[in-house]
Amino acid sequence: MTKRQRLIITISASLALAFGIVPAASAMHIMEGYLPPMHCIAWGALCVPFFVAGMFSIRKTLDKNRKLITVLAMAGAFIFIISSLKIPSVTGSCSHMTGTGLGALLFGPSSMSVLGIIVLIFQAILLAHGGITTLGANTFSMAIAGPFAAYGIYRICQLLRVNRKVSVFLAAFIGDIFTYCVTSFQLAMAFPSEVGGTWASALKFLAVFAPTQLPLAVVEGILTVVVVIGLESFAAPELRSLGFIKAAAAGFSAENSDDACCTAIAEGEESEAEYE
Amino acid sequence: MSKNAKLVILLLIIAAIIAAAPLLMLKGATFGGSDDAGSQMVNQIEGNDYTPWFTPVLENIIGGEVPGEVESLMFCLQTGLGCSVLFFFIGRFYERKKQENARAEAMKREEEK
Repeated sequence: MTKRQRLIITISASLALAFGIVPAASAMHIMEGYLPPMHCIAWGALCVPFFVAGMFSIRKTLDKNRKLITVLAMAGAFIFIISSLKIPSVTGSCSHMTGTGLGALLFGPSSMSVLGIIVLIFQAILLAHGGITTLGANTFSMAIAGPFAAYGIYRICQLLRVNRKVSVFLAAFIGDIFTYCVTSFQLAMAFPSEVGGTWASALKFLAVFAPTQLPLAVVEGILTVVVVIGLESFAAPELRSLGFIKAAAAGFSAENSDDACCTAIAEGEESEAEYE
Repeated sequence: MSKNAKLVILLLIIAAIIAAAPLLMLKGATFGGSDDAGSQMVNQIEGNDYTPWFTPVLENIIGGEVPGEVESLMFCLQTGLGCSVLFFFIGRFYERKKQENARAEAMKREEEK
């Protein structure tokens, strides 16, 4: 890793630590000031180990193959794009997607906590969207719970030998939905109903978020699949290095007749890498 | 067109339909943010208007709500930043693969000679 990369990680880490622990956090899009200070601190503290694990995970990946920083940047950019698109939904209100599924599948779920925090800080400070006080809670739902759900679903699909595109779709879809389930629960813990307590509240919040989010989760699944198809066609060596495509599965991108020579090129690429 | 290209186009069309359908079907809906819907639910559960105990940083600095146009500018900035990075690298990968294909072809021709 270059010095600059290390610096960036350190800065984002100290930001996260400062914001996650100082009682000034309310985050996915739980609005600023909507969680009691104790909850903010607790969620923030809960995020720290994931964040640290994520930094180690990213460092390990980049140490293995420094070129993967391009794909990492793309995964981060995908979150930027996806989480900035507010899309109208069937319930007559707008919501936006998370975009963390893609990176979770490529780089492992913990690394998403690092990328997710960057986006959440951007939105909290410049957009008054989410918030600094809720940053911990929002990070937990969008950048930790969602990615882990997506990754889990993807692994299960792999075990069941589901088609890769279908698995990617399901993973991104469920990761998105799960993010909002966690958000509902976080709000419910802060605002338990008089009758029925936390669970009754959770259901109420879920009733607000879920119908809005369902079609958007489908869109997120679709967009994630599109980007994965693009990466498979043009960045096969990187994906192989990440272990996302197995070396033997190069036949996947060679399915297309026009890609028939892809395998040969891939082999050439590998021997080139050995030269370096 | 390759199978993947067709699939990508089909998927993008489906995504666009899902996103556009509510706008066309639900005439007169306000399409507010679902985050706001969440805070309305908070008010309902609490039984009174909940006052957030912390205001967003930017609102503190400029001393009021962020104007709608400025907010959309910021959202555009976010999308733009994301798109530029994503498609810059996709473009690079695309060129790289094209060159590799050309190189492989040249090598093949060389062998045939």
